[in-house]
Amino acid sequence: MSETAPQPKTAAANPPVQPIGSNLLPSDVVRISATKDVPQPDRQLTKVAKLIDVSKCIGCKACQSACIEWNDTRPEVEENVGVYENPHDLTPNMFTLMRFTEWVNPETDNLEWLIRKDGCMHCEDPGCLKACPAPGAIVQYSNGIVDFIHENCIGCGYCVTGCPFDIPRISKVDHKSYKCTLCSDRVAVGQGPACAKACPTQAIVFGTKEDMIAHAEERIEDLKSRGYANAGIYDPAGVGGTHVIYVLHHADKPSIYDGLPDEPRISPVVEGWKGVTKTAGLAVMGVAAVGAAIHGIFARANKVAEHEEHEAEKLVQSGDGNGGTV
Amino acid sequence: MPRPLYAEPGDRIESVKPVTVSRYRGFIRANHWITALSLILLLVSGLAFFHPSLYFLTGLFGGGQNARWLHPIIGVVLFVSFMVMFIQLWRLNLPTGDDRKWLSQIGDVVKGNEENLPELGKYNAGQKFIFWGMTILIVVLIVTGVMIWEQFFGELVSIPTRRWAVLSHSLAAVAIILVFILHVYAAFWTRGTLRAMTRGTVTGGWAYRHHRKWLRELAGRRTRGPAE
Repeated sequence: MSETAPQPKTAAANPPVQPIGSNLLPSDVVRISATKDVPQPDRQLTKVAKLIDVSKCIGCKACQSACIEWNDTRPEVEENVGVYENPHDLTPNMFTLMRFTEWVNPETDNLEWLIRKDGCMHCEDPGCLKACPAPGAIVQYSNGIVDFIHENCIGCGYCVTGCPFDIPRISKVDHKSYKCTLCSDRVAVGQGPACAKACPTQAIVFGTKEDMIAHAEERIEDLKSRGYANAGIYDPAGVGGTHVIYVLHHADKPSIYDGLPDEPRISPVVEGWKGVTKTAGLAVMGVAAVGAAIHGIFARANKVAEHEEHEAEKLVQSGDGNGGTV
Repeated sequence: MPRPLYAEPGDRIESVKPVTVSRYRGFIRANHWITALSLILLLVSGLAFFHPSLYFLTGLFGGGQNARWLHPIIGVVLFVSFMVMFIQLWRLNLPTGDDRKWLSQIGDVVKGNEENLPELGKYNAGQKFIFWGMTILIVVLIVTGVMIWEQFFGELVSIPTRRWAVLSHSLAAVAIILVFILHVYAAFWTRGTLRAMTRGTVTGGWAYRHHRKWLRELAGRRTRGPAE
Protein backbone atom coordinates (compact mmCIF):
# COMPACT_ATOMS: atom_id res chain seq x y z
CA MET A 1 0.00 0.00 0.00
CA SER A 2 2.05 2.86 -1.28
CA GLU A 3 -0.44 5.71 -1.22
CA THR A 4 -3.73 6.66 0.36
CA ALA A 5 -6.91 6.96 -1.60
CA PRO A 6 -8.11 10.32 -2.90
CA GLN A 7 -11.28 11.78 -1.45
CA PRO A 8 -14.03 10.72 -3.85
CA LYS A 9 -15.74 13.44 -5.86
CA THR A 10 -18.03 11.17 -7.84
CA ALA A 11 -19.60 7.74 -7.67
CA ALA A 12 -18.70 7.07 -11.27
CA ALA A 13 -14.96 6.54 -10.68
CA ASN A 14 -13.66 3.07 -11.26
CA PRO A 15 -12.01 1.27 -8.39
CA PRO A 16 -8.22 1.37 -8.13
CA VAL A 17 -6.33 -1.55 -9.53
CA GLN A 18 -3.59 -1.45 -6.93
CA PRO A 19 -4.14 -1.87 -3.17
CA ILE A 20 -4.63 1.54 -1.68
CA GLY A 21 -4.59 2.92 1.86
CA SER A 22 -7.74 4.07 3.61
CA ASN A 23 -8.38 7.78 3.61
CA LEU A 24 -11.04 7.76 6.32
CA LEU A 25 -9.15 7.30 9.54
CA PRO A 26 -10.07 7.11 13.21
CA SER A 27 -8.34 10.48 13.52
CA ASP A 28 -10.88 12.00 11.13
CA VAL A 29 -13.67 11.58 13.66
CA VAL A 30 -15.21 14.84 14.90
CA ARG A 31 -17.92 13.48 17.17
CA ILE A 32 -18.15 10.28 19.22
CA SER A 33 -21.25 9.09 21.05
CA ALA A 34 -21.19 9.44 24.85
CA THR A 35 -17.77 11.05 24.66
CA LYS A 36 -16.92 14.60 25.62
CA ASP A 37 -14.00 16.60 24.30
CA VAL A 38 -13.16 14.63 21.19
CA PRO A 39 -9.74 15.86 20.01
CA GLN A 40 -10.31 17.83 16.84
CA PRO A 41 -8.59 16.32 13.82
CA ASP A 42 -5.66 18.11 12.28
CA ARG A 43 -7.22 17.96 8.83
CA GLN A 44 -10.69 18.69 7.56
CA LEU A 45 -11.97 16.28 4.92
CA THR A 46 -14.08 17.73 2.16
CA LYS A 47 -17.75 17.52 3.09
CA VAL A 48 -19.49 14.94 0.96
CA ALA A 49 -23.12 14.40 0.05
CA LYS A 50 -25.33 12.00 -1.77
CA LEU A 51 -27.98 13.70 -3.87
CA ILE A 52 -31.22 11.87 -4.59
CA ASP A 53 -33.21 13.49 -7.38
CA VAL A 54 -36.66 11.95 -6.97
CA SER A 55 -37.79 13.43 -10.29
CA LYS A 56 -35.33 11.17 -12.11
CA CYS A 57 -36.03 8.02 -10.11
CA ILE A 58 -37.75 5.20 -12.00
CA GLY A 59 -38.19 2.95 -8.97
CA CYS A 60 -36.05 0.10 -10.32
CA LYS A 61 -34.47 -0.68 -6.93
CA ALA A 62 -31.02 -1.14 -8.41
CA CYS A 63 -29.84 0.95 -5.43
CA GLN A 64 -31.33 -1.60 -3.02
CA SER A 65 -29.69 -4.46 -4.86
CA ALA A 66 -26.35 -2.70 -4.92
CA CYS A 67 -26.68 -1.93 -1.22
CA ILE A 68 -27.44 -5.55 -0.39
CA GLU A 69 -24.57 -6.75 -2.52
CA TRP A 70 -21.96 -4.34 -1.23
CA ASN A 71 -22.92 -4.66 2.43
CA ASP A 72 -23.42 -8.41 2.06
CA THR A 73 -26.77 -8.35 3.87
CA ARG A 74 -29.55 -10.90 3.49
CA PRO A 75 -32.96 -9.24 3.76
CA GLU A 76 -35.67 -11.76 4.48
CA VAL A 77 -37.92 -12.78 1.60
CA GLU A 78 -41.34 -11.43 2.49
CA GLU A 79 -44.94 -11.89 1.36
CA ASN A 80 -46.25 -9.82 -1.52
CA VAL A 81 -49.08 -7.77 -0.09
CA GLY A 82 -49.78 -5.80 -3.25
CA VAL A 83 -47.48 -2.84 -2.80
CA TYR A 84 -44.22 -1.97 -4.48
CA GLU A 85 -42.14 -1.56 -1.34
CA ASN A 86 -39.91 -4.55 -0.95
CA PRO A 87 -39.13 -5.26 1.83
CA HIS A 88 -41.97 -3.50 3.59
CA ASP A 89 -39.73 -1.37 5.75
CA LEU A 90 -36.09 -0.70 6.49
CA THR A 91 -34.63 -3.64 8.37
CA PRO A 92 -31.29 -4.46 9.98
CA ASN A 93 -30.48 -6.07 6.62
CA MET A 94 -31.96 -3.41 4.33
CA PHE A 95 -30.29 -0.04 4.77
CA THR A 96 -32.15 1.70 1.98
CA LEU A 97 -35.68 1.39 0.69
CA MET A 98 -37.66 2.78 -2.21
CA ARG A 99 -40.90 4.15 -0.81
CA PHE A 100 -43.78 4.58 -3.26
CA THR A 101 -46.67 7.01 -2.84
CA GLU A 102 -49.66 7.53 -5.10
CA TRP A 103 -50.53 11.18 -4.72
CA VAL A 104 -53.30 13.12 -6.44
CA ASN A 105 -52.13 16.63 -7.09
CA PRO A 106 -55.07 18.81 -6.02
CA GLU A 107 -54.08 21.54 -8.49
CA THR A 108 -53.98 19.39 -11.62
CA ASP A 109 -56.06 16.42 -10.45
CA ASN A 110 -53.26 14.24 -11.83
CA LEU A 111 -52.10 11.08 -10.13
CA GLU A 112 -48.43 11.43 -9.37
CA TRP A 113 -46.30 8.44 -8.48
CA LEU A 114 -43.80 9.69 -5.94
CA ILE A 115 -40.79 7.51 -5.30
CA ARG A 116 -38.32 8.29 -2.60
CA LYS A 117 -35.21 6.42 -1.61
CA ASP A 118 -35.32 6.23 2.18
CA GLY A 119 -32.30 5.69 4.39
CA CYS A 120 -29.95 7.47 6.75
CA MET A 121 -29.72 11.20 6.00
CA HIS A 122 -26.31 11.60 7.68
CA CYS A 123 -27.36 14.67 9.65
CA GLU A 124 -24.79 17.33 10.45
CA ASP A 125 -26.33 17.26 13.96
CA PRO A 126 -27.15 13.56 14.37
CA GLY A 127 -29.91 12.69 16.86
CA CYS A 128 -28.78 9.07 17.04
CA LEU A 129 -25.32 10.10 18.17
CA LYS A 130 -26.74 12.49 20.75
CA ALA A 131 -29.01 9.79 22.22
CA CYS A 132 -26.47 6.95 22.22
CA PRO A 133 -25.22 5.94 25.70
CA ALA A 134 -22.37 3.70 24.54
CA PRO A 135 -19.04 5.48 24.08
CA GLY A 136 -17.79 5.07 20.54
CA ALA A 137 -20.81 3.24 19.13
CA ILE A 138 -21.66 6.14 16.80
CA VAL A 139 -19.10 8.44 15.20
CA GLN A 140 -19.20 11.32 12.77
CA TYR A 141 -16.32 11.92 10.39
CA SER A 142 -15.23 15.36 9.31
CA ASN A 143 -16.60 14.67 5.81
CA GLY A 144 -20.08 14.39 7.36
CA ILE A 145 -20.57 10.62 7.37
CA VAL A 146 -22.31 9.27 10.47
CA ASP A 147 -21.27 5.69 11.10
CA PHE A 148 -22.20 2.98 13.60
CA ILE A 149 -19.24 1.16 15.12
CA HIS A 150 -20.88 -2.18 15.82
CA GLU A 151 -18.37 -3.59 18.27
CA ASN A 152 -19.32 -0.78 20.69
CA CYS A 153 -23.09 -0.98 20.11
CA ILE A 154 -25.12 -2.43 22.99
CA GLY A 155 -28.48 -2.66 21.20
CA CYS A 156 -30.43 -0.43 23.58
CA GLY A 157 -32.38 1.33 20.82
CA TYR A 158 -31.69 4.86 22.06
CA CYS A 159 -30.57 5.80 18.53
CA VAL A 160 -34.08 4.89 17.34
CA THR A 161 -35.43 7.32 19.92
CA GLY A 162 -33.01 10.04 18.89
CA CYS A 163 -33.34 9.80 15.09
CA PRO A 164 -35.75 12.33 13.55
CA PHE A 165 -36.11 10.16 10.41
CA ASP A 166 -36.92 6.72 11.90
CA ILE A 167 -33.88 5.07 10.35
CA PRO A 168 -31.88 2.79 12.68
CA ARG A 169 -33.04 -0.81 13.05
CA ILE A 170 -31.87 -3.16 15.81
CA SER A 171 -30.99 -6.67 14.76
CA LYS A 172 -32.80 -9.49 16.56
CA VAL A 173 -29.79 -11.68 15.79
CA ASP A 174 -26.80 -9.80 17.19
CA HIS A 175 -28.69 -6.98 18.98
CA LYS A 176 -26.80 -4.22 17.25
CA SER A 177 -28.12 -1.23 15.39
CA TYR A 178 -27.84 -0.98 11.60
CA LYS A 179 -28.31 1.73 9.00
CA CYS A 180 -26.79 3.14 5.83
CA THR A 181 -23.08 3.90 6.25
CA LEU A 182 -22.96 6.12 3.15
CA CYS A 183 -20.58 3.34 2.13
CA SER A 184 -17.92 4.76 4.42
CA ASP A 185 -15.78 1.76 3.54
CA ARG A 186 -15.98 2.68 -0.16
CA VAL A 187 -15.52 6.39 0.46
CA ALA A 188 -12.40 5.51 2.44
CA VAL A 189 -10.81 4.15 -0.73
CA GLY A 190 -11.97 6.89 -3.05
CA GLN A 191 -15.20 5.28 -4.24
CA GLY A 192 -18.73 6.64 -4.12
CA PRO A 193 -21.62 4.76 -2.47
CA ALA A 194 -22.78 1.53 -4.12
CA CYS A 195 -26.33 2.79 -4.63
CA ALA A 196 -25.13 5.86 -6.51
CA LYS A 197 -22.82 3.76 -8.64
CA ALA A 198 -25.66 1.40 -9.55
CA CYS A 199 -28.34 3.98 -10.30
CA PRO A 200 -29.13 3.73 -14.05
CA THR A 201 -30.66 7.20 -14.37
CA GLN A 202 -28.24 9.01 -12.10
CA ALA A 203 -31.09 9.96 -9.86
CA ILE A 204 -28.55 9.20 -7.15
CA VAL A 205 -25.27 11.03 -7.46
CA PHE A 206 -22.44 11.53 -5.06
CA GLY A 207 -19.71 14.10 -4.58
CA THR A 208 -18.67 17.03 -2.46
CA LYS A 209 -21.58 18.70 -0.77
CA GLU A 210 -20.78 21.92 -2.61
CA ASP A 211 -20.93 20.18 -6.00
CA MET A 212 -24.12 18.39 -5.06
CA ILE A 213 -25.85 21.63 -4.06
CA ALA A 214 -24.77 23.21 -7.35
CA HIS A 215 -26.04 20.21 -9.27
CA ALA A 216 -29.31 20.28 -7.34
CA GLU A 217 -29.80 23.91 -8.24
CA GLU A 218 -29.42 23.13 -11.93
CA ARG A 219 -31.95 20.36 -11.59
CA ILE A 220 -34.38 22.63 -9.74
CA GLU A 221 -34.11 25.25 -12.44
CA ASP A 222 -34.88 22.60 -15.03
CA LEU A 223 -37.86 21.32 -13.04
CA LYS A 224 -39.21 24.83 -12.60
CA SER A 225 -39.00 25.40 -16.33
CA ARG A 226 -41.15 22.30 -16.74
CA GLY A 227 -43.90 23.61 -14.49
CA TYR A 228 -42.81 22.35 -11.10
CA ALA A 229 -42.93 25.78 -9.49
CA ASN A 230 -42.27 24.38 -6.02
CA ALA A 231 -39.29 22.26 -6.96
CA GLY A 232 -36.55 22.60 -4.41
CA ILE A 233 -33.78 21.06 -2.39
CA TYR A 234 -34.29 19.12 0.84
CA ASP A 235 -31.30 19.81 3.07
CA PRO A 236 -33.12 20.45 6.34
CA ALA A 237 -31.60 23.17 8.50
CA GLY A 238 -33.28 21.81 11.66
CA VAL A 239 -30.62 19.09 11.86
CA GLY A 240 -27.83 21.36 10.65
CA GLY A 241 -28.24 20.19 7.05
CA THR A 242 -27.75 16.62 5.89
CA HIS A 243 -25.23 14.70 3.84
CA VAL A 244 -27.97 12.93 1.95
CA ILE A 245 -30.04 15.54 0.19
CA TYR A 246 -33.06 15.35 -2.08
CA VAL A 247 -34.31 17.24 -5.08
CA LEU A 248 -38.09 17.23 -4.68
CA HIS A 249 -40.54 18.44 -7.29
CA HIS A 250 -42.85 19.44 -4.43
CA ALA A 251 -40.33 20.75 -1.93
CA ASP A 252 -43.04 22.82 -0.24
CA LYS A 253 -44.58 19.64 1.15
CA PRO A 254 -41.94 16.96 1.81
CA SER A 255 -44.38 14.87 3.84
CA ILE A 256 -46.27 13.75 0.70
CA TYR A 257 -43.19 11.65 -0.08
CA ASP A 258 -44.24 8.88 2.28
CA GLY A 259 -43.86 10.97 5.40
CA LEU A 260 -40.53 12.68 4.81
CA PRO A 261 -40.52 15.08 7.80
CA ASP A 262 -41.42 18.66 6.86
CA GLU A 263 -39.18 20.22 9.48
CA PRO A 264 -36.99 17.54 11.02
CA ARG A 265 -35.07 18.35 14.17
CA ILE A 266 -33.89 16.45 17.20
CA SER A 267 -36.98 16.24 19.41
CA PRO A 268 -36.94 18.69 22.33
CA VAL A 269 -37.86 15.69 24.50
CA VAL A 270 -34.61 14.00 23.49
CA GLU A 271 -32.69 17.26 24.00
CA GLY A 272 -34.21 17.60 27.47
CA TRP A 273 -33.40 14.01 28.32
CA LYS A 274 -29.80 14.18 27.11
CA GLY A 275 -29.31 17.76 28.29
CA VAL A 276 -30.59 19.11 31.58
CA THR A 277 -31.94 15.78 32.90
CA LYS A 278 -28.62 14.04 32.49
CA THR A 279 -26.52 16.81 34.01
CA ALA A 280 -28.85 17.99 36.77
CA GLY A 281 -29.95 14.44 37.59
CA LEU A 282 -26.40 13.25 38.15
CA ALA A 283 -25.62 16.32 40.26
CA VAL A 284 -28.70 15.91 42.47
CA MET A 285 -28.06 12.19 42.99
CA GLY A 286 -24.39 12.81 43.74
CA VAL A 287 -25.10 15.55 46.28
CA ALA A 288 -27.80 13.44 47.97
CA ALA A 289 -25.58 10.36 48.21
CA VAL A 290 -22.51 12.20 49.47
CA GLY A 291 -24.59 14.41 51.79
CA ALA A 292 -26.34 11.42 53.31
CA ALA A 293 -23.05 9.59 53.81
CA ILE A 294 -21.35 12.56 55.50
CA HIS A 295 -24.39 13.35 57.61
CA GLY A 296 -24.71 9.72 58.55
CA ILE A 297 -21.14 9.63 59.81
CA PHE A 298 -21.03 12.95 61.65
CA ALA A 299 -24.56 13.77 62.76
CA ARG A 300 -26.00 12.60 66.07
CA ALA A 301 -27.88 9.37 65.50
CA ASN A 302 -31.41 8.78 66.70
CA LYS A 303 -30.71 6.30 69.49
CA VAL A 304 -33.04 4.44 71.80
CA ALA A 305 -32.42 5.50 75.43
CA GLU A 306 -31.97 3.02 78.22
CA HIS A 307 -35.06 4.27 80.04
CA GLU A 308 -37.16 3.55 76.96
CA GLU A 309 -36.26 -0.12 77.18
CA HIS A 310 -37.51 -0.08 80.79
CA GLU A 311 -40.67 1.77 79.82
CA ALA A 312 -41.30 -0.85 77.16
CA GLU A 313 -40.87 -3.62 79.72
CA LYS A 314 -43.29 -1.93 82.09
CA LEU A 315 -45.77 -1.40 79.32
CA VAL A 316 -45.62 -4.99 78.18
CA GLN A 317 -45.72 -6.43 81.71
CA SER A 318 -48.62 -4.27 82.80
CA GLY A 319 -50.27 -6.29 80.09
CA ASP A 320 -52.64 -3.55 79.21
CA GLY A 321 -51.21 -1.78 76.28
CA ASN A 322 -54.41 0.04 75.55
CA GLY A 323 -54.88 1.28 79.09
CA GLY A 324 -51.91 3.60 79.26
CA THR A 325 -51.95 7.24 78.32
CA VAL A 326 -52.50 7.76 74.63
CA MET B 1 -60.12 -12.02 66.10
CA PRO B 2 -60.66 -8.61 64.46
CA ARG B 3 -57.86 -7.22 62.37
CA PRO B 4 -55.56 -5.10 64.56
CA LEU B 5 -55.54 -1.37 63.91
CA TYR B 6 -51.86 -0.60 64.17
CA ALA B 7 -50.14 -3.93 63.63
CA GLU B 8 -50.06 -6.79 61.15
CA PRO B 9 -51.79 -9.95 62.35
CA GLY B 10 -48.40 -11.71 62.57
CA ASP B 11 -46.61 -9.04 64.64
CA ARG B 12 -46.09 -10.15 68.22
CA ILE B 13 -44.08 -9.69 71.34
CA GLU B 14 -41.47 -12.39 71.28
CA SER B 15 -39.91 -12.07 74.70
CA VAL B 16 -40.56 -9.94 77.72
CA LYS B 17 -37.25 -9.63 79.52
CA PRO B 18 -35.79 -7.87 77.62
CA VAL B 19 -38.68 -7.02 75.35
CA THR B 20 -38.23 -7.99 71.74
CA VAL B 21 -40.93 -7.54 69.16
CA SER B 22 -41.30 -9.44 65.93
CA ARG B 23 -41.79 -6.91 63.14
CA TYR B 24 -41.20 -8.83 59.88
CA ARG B 25 -41.52 -12.55 59.23
CA GLY B 26 -38.98 -14.51 57.20
CA PHE B 27 -40.82 -14.36 53.88
CA ILE B 28 -41.20 -10.61 53.80
CA ARG B 29 -37.58 -10.15 54.82
CA ALA B 30 -36.32 -12.43 52.08
CA ASN B 31 -38.58 -10.69 49.60
CA HIS B 32 -37.43 -7.27 50.78
CA TRP B 33 -33.84 -8.24 50.11
CA ILE B 34 -34.73 -9.50 46.64
CA THR B 35 -36.29 -6.10 45.98
CA ALA B 36 -33.26 -4.35 47.46
CA LEU B 37 -30.74 -6.36 45.47
CA SER B 38 -32.75 -5.82 42.27
CA LEU B 39 -32.94 -2.11 42.94
CA ILE B 40 -29.20 -1.85 43.45
CA LEU B 41 -28.45 -3.82 40.28
CA LEU B 42 -30.93 -1.66 38.35
CA LEU B 43 -29.41 1.47 39.79
CA VAL B 44 -25.90 0.46 38.78
CA SER B 45 -26.79 -0.68 35.26
CA GLY B 46 -29.26 2.17 34.74
CA LEU B 47 -26.75 4.82 35.80
CA ALA B 48 -24.34 3.38 33.25
CA PHE B 49 -26.85 4.16 30.49
CA PHE B 50 -27.78 7.47 32.11
CA HIS B 51 -24.44 9.20 32.03
CA PRO B 52 -21.33 8.48 29.95
CA SER B 53 -19.08 9.10 32.96
CA LEU B 54 -20.68 6.06 34.61
CA TYR B 55 -20.69 3.79 31.55
CA PHE B 56 -17.79 1.84 33.04
CA LEU B 57 -20.29 0.33 35.49
CA THR B 58 -21.46 -1.96 32.67
CA GLY B 59 -18.19 -3.78 33.32
CA LEU B 60 -19.77 -5.23 36.47
CA PHE B 61 -22.26 -7.06 34.24
CA GLY B 62 -19.71 -8.19 31.69
CA GLY B 63 -20.13 -5.30 29.24
CA GLY B 64 -22.75 -3.05 27.72
CA GLN B 65 -24.62 -5.77 25.83
CA ASN B 66 -25.11 -7.84 29.00
CA ALA B 67 -26.13 -4.81 31.06
CA ARG B 68 -28.60 -3.88 28.31
CA TRP B 69 -30.48 -7.21 28.33
CA LEU B 70 -30.21 -7.79 32.08
CA HIS B 71 -31.52 -4.40 33.17
CA PRO B 72 -35.15 -4.86 32.08
CA ILE B 73 -35.28 -8.46 33.28
CA ILE B 74 -34.12 -7.39 36.74
CA GLY B 75 -36.76 -4.68 36.47
CA VAL B 76 -39.47 -7.29 36.11
CA VAL B 77 -38.08 -9.19 39.11
CA LEU B 78 -38.18 -6.02 41.16
CA PHE B 79 -41.69 -5.19 40.03
CA VAL B 80 -43.03 -8.62 41.00
CA SER B 81 -41.27 -8.74 44.36
CA PHE B 82 -42.30 -5.19 45.18
CA MET B 83 -45.92 -5.93 44.31
CA VAL B 84 -45.89 -8.83 46.75
CA MET B 85 -44.52 -6.49 49.38
CA PHE B 86 -47.12 -3.88 48.45
CA ILE B 87 -49.94 -6.33 49.04
CA GLN B 88 -48.51 -7.13 52.47
CA LEU B 89 -47.81 -3.58 53.59
CA TRP B 90 -50.24 -1.15 51.97
CA ARG B 91 -52.94 -1.28 54.66
CA LEU B 92 -50.81 0.05 57.49
CA ASN B 93 -49.27 2.61 55.16
CA LEU B 94 -52.54 4.43 54.59
CA PRO B 95 -52.31 7.98 55.93
CA THR B 96 -53.85 8.74 59.33
CA GLY B 97 -54.49 11.85 61.41
CA ASP B 98 -51.32 11.26 63.40
CA ASP B 99 -49.27 11.62 60.21
CA ARG B 100 -50.31 15.24 59.79
CA LYS B 101 -49.28 16.07 63.35
CA TRP B 102 -46.00 14.20 62.90
CA LEU B 103 -45.26 16.09 59.69
CA SER B 104 -46.14 19.45 61.24
CA GLN B 105 -43.45 18.72 63.85
CA ILE B 106 -40.85 17.60 61.32
CA GLY B 107 -38.30 19.76 63.16
CA ASP B 108 -38.64 17.54 66.23
CA VAL B 109 -38.29 14.49 64.00
CA VAL B 110 -35.01 15.70 62.55
CA LYS B 111 -33.67 16.70 65.97
CA GLY B 112 -34.65 13.33 67.38
CA ASN B 113 -36.97 14.88 70.01
CA GLU B 114 -39.33 12.00 69.74
CA GLU B 115 -40.95 12.62 73.14
CA ASN B 116 -42.73 15.64 71.58
CA LEU B 117 -44.23 13.62 68.75
CA PRO B 118 -47.56 11.82 68.69
CA GLU B 119 -47.57 8.10 69.42
CA LEU B 120 -47.56 6.17 66.17
CA GLY B 121 -48.66 2.86 64.77
CA LYS B 122 -46.36 0.58 62.79
CA TYR B 123 -45.26 3.30 60.36
CA ASN B 124 -44.58 7.02 60.60
CA ALA B 125 -45.31 9.50 57.82
CA GLY B 126 -41.71 9.34 56.61
CA GLN B 127 -41.87 5.58 56.18
CA LYS B 128 -45.23 5.95 54.46
CA PHE B 129 -43.77 8.55 52.12
CA ILE B 130 -41.04 6.10 51.14
CA PHE B 131 -43.58 3.32 50.67
CA TRP B 132 -45.88 5.33 48.41
CA GLY B 133 -43.00 7.08 46.67
CA MET B 134 -41.47 3.71 45.80
CA THR B 135 -44.85 2.36 44.71
CA ILE B 136 -45.66 5.21 42.34
CA LEU B 137 -42.15 5.41 40.91
CA ILE B 138 -41.91 1.65 40.38
CA VAL B 139 -45.18 1.70 38.46
CA VAL B 140 -43.93 4.60 36.32
CA LEU B 141 -40.61 2.81 35.76
CA ILE B 142 -42.11 -0.53 34.76
CA VAL B 143 -44.63 1.07 32.38
CA THR B 144 -42.12 3.37 30.68
CA GLY B 145 -39.47 0.66 30.87
CA VAL B 146 -41.56 -1.78 28.86
CA MET B 147 -42.18 0.95 26.29
CA ILE B 148 -38.43 1.32 25.70
CA TRP B 149 -37.60 -2.40 25.98
CA GLU B 150 -36.13 -2.69 22.52
CA GLN B 151 -35.51 -6.43 22.60
CA PHE B 152 -39.11 -7.52 23.08
CA PHE B 153 -41.29 -4.42 22.78
CA GLY B 154 -39.51 -2.40 20.11
CA GLU B 155 -42.74 -2.06 18.13
CA LEU B 156 -45.07 -1.43 21.08
CA VAL B 157 -45.31 2.35 20.96
CA SER B 158 -44.60 5.06 18.40
CA ILE B 159 -41.22 6.78 18.41
CA PRO B 160 -42.61 10.11 19.78
CA THR B 161 -44.21 8.18 22.66
CA ARG B 162 -40.96 6.35 23.18
CA ARG B 163 -39.14 9.68 23.57
CA TRP B 164 -41.51 10.69 26.36
CA ALA B 165 -41.15 7.25 27.90
CA VAL B 166 -37.36 7.41 28.00
CA LEU B 167 -37.45 10.91 29.49
CA SER B 168 -40.00 9.88 32.13
CA HIS B 169 -38.01 6.74 32.84
CA SER B 170 -34.84 8.70 33.56
CA LEU B 171 -36.64 11.31 35.68
CA ALA B 172 -38.41 8.60 37.68
CA ALA B 173 -35.08 6.83 38.07
CA VAL B 174 -33.45 9.94 39.53
CA ALA B 175 -36.41 10.32 41.88
CA ILE B 176 -36.35 6.71 43.04
CA ILE B 177 -32.63 6.91 43.71
CA LEU B 178 -33.30 9.92 45.96
CA VAL B 179 -36.06 8.00 47.76
CA PHE B 180 -33.71 5.03 48.04
CA ILE B 181 -30.99 7.20 49.59
CA LEU B 182 -33.53 8.58 52.07
CA HIS B 183 -34.68 5.05 52.92
CA VAL B 184 -31.17 3.74 53.54
CA TYR B 185 -30.16 6.87 55.42
CA ALA B 186 -33.20 6.75 57.72
CA ALA B 187 -32.66 3.06 58.41
CA PHE B 188 -29.09 3.77 59.57
CA TRP B 189 -29.77 7.05 61.36
CA THR B 190 -32.60 5.55 63.40
CA ARG B 191 -30.45 3.09 65.31
CA GLY B 192 -31.92 -0.31 65.92
CA THR B 193 -33.96 -0.29 62.72
CA LEU B 194 -31.84 -2.49 60.49
CA ARG B 195 -32.39 -5.61 62.61
CA ALA B 196 -36.08 -5.44 61.76
CA MET B 197 -35.12 -6.47 58.23
CA THR B 198 -32.26 -8.78 59.19
CA ARG B 199 -33.28 -10.68 62.32
CA GLY B 200 -36.91 -9.62 61.97
CA THR B 201 -37.20 -8.24 65.51
CA VAL B 202 -36.75 -4.90 67.22
CA THR B 203 -36.13 -4.09 70.86
CA GLY B 204 -38.95 -3.01 73.09
CA GLY B 205 -37.29 0.35 73.59
CA TRP B 206 -37.19 0.92 69.85
CA ALA B 207 -40.85 0.09 69.53
CA TYR B 208 -41.66 2.26 72.57
CA ARG B 209 -39.73 5.22 71.19
CA HIS B 210 -40.83 5.13 67.57
CA HIS B 211 -44.07 3.14 67.28
CA ARG B 212 -45.73 3.16 70.69
CA LYS B 213 -49.29 2.59 69.50
CA TRP B 214 -48.07 -0.48 67.68
CA LEU B 215 -46.34 -1.74 70.81
CA ARG B 216 -49.39 -1.01 72.98
CA GLU B 217 -51.64 -2.94 70.68
CA LEU B 218 -49.32 -5.93 70.68
CA ALA B 219 -49.02 -5.82 74.47
CA GLY B 220 -52.82 -5.68 74.79
CA ARG B 221 -53.30 -8.56 72.40
CA ARG B 222 -50.76 -10.63 74.29
CA THR B 223 -52.75 -10.47 77.56
CA ARG B 224 -56.06 -11.13 75.90
CA GLY B 225 -54.91 -14.61 75.07
CA PRO B 226 -52.56 -16.15 72.62
CA ALA B 227 -53.63 -16.04 69.04
CA GLU B 228 -51.74 -19.15 68.16
